[in-house]
Amino acid sequence: MSGAQNTEEPEAAVPGGTSATRRAGSGVGRVLVAVYAVLAIAATGRSVFQIIDRFSEAPVAFLLSALAGVIYIVATIALAARLRTLALITISIELVGVLVVGTLSLVAPALLGLDSLDPFGRESTVWSVYGAGYLLVPLALPVLGLLYLRSRAGRTGRPTKV
Amino acid sequence: MIFAFTIAQVIVACAAGLLCVSIGLAGRRPNDLTLGGLVLVEVLLLVQLVIALIAPALGNHPRGSIPLFYVYLISALLIPPLAVVWALIERTRWSTVVLGVAAFAIAVMVVRMAQIWAP
Repeated sequence: MSGAQNTEEPEAAVPGGTSATRRAGSGVGRVLVAVYAVLAIAATGRSVFQIIDRFSEAPVAFLLSALAGVIYIVATIALAARLRTLALITISIELVGVLVVGTLSLVAPALLGLDSLDPFGRESTVWSVYGAGYLLVPLALPVLGLLYLRSRAGRTGRPTKV
Repeated sequence: MIFAFTIAQVIVACAAGLLCVSIGLAGRRPNDLTLGGLVLVEVLLLVQLVIALIAPALGNHPRGSIPLFYVYLISALLIPPLAVVWALIERTRWSTVVLGVAAFAIAVMVVRMAQIWAP
């Protein structure tokens, strides 16, 4: 990268509905895809390890965690491939999941088979305590994802595309 | 793991993350500085791998799960190259932000690795 001149110049910020705006918009989507990909790998990898290594300690929580991982993977693909409906469904499931499981983990941890709520402990799962073990990213991400989907729908006028 | 080195690594990864996210949001495409930051993060991970491989022989044994430690380390080693390839293919400001996201992910993963090595 022997510094092509244009790499140092800010991209033009184009207000309004031009194709440049769409590119920039999908650019934000790219960041979302990247964050989703990281979370998908983190959640899936960890739950697979927990299931192999210590499934009997908290089977319900670990299975929910694996399910969450799969949903993050599908959401990542849906966002990357601009499958709006699939993205909307999976991201909505994530939001409901993190709220329900997060609340259950605080109110009735026994229901999930959790003995410890340490967000970094050996039983920590992606949705317990609203995703505290993942720096609350699982709580913030679906909200950002839904906001992004809404902004795309309003701007492009292409209801079938993200 | 060497505690001081691990701390330094987390600080470098956070600094690279902050730098890339700020520069990206300021509208810059990936440049030598931001890509170099990710290369530095990757080099430190490789050093961490060498340390992890040698440390047990010198009496510095992990207390947590060794397979889990290497799952984290190997996954972490893959992230910066993927982010850099992404940045080279898609030369927009958002790729600079993605570089930052990757660097922050490494910081978190290194903290987790430290927790696994000495819980």
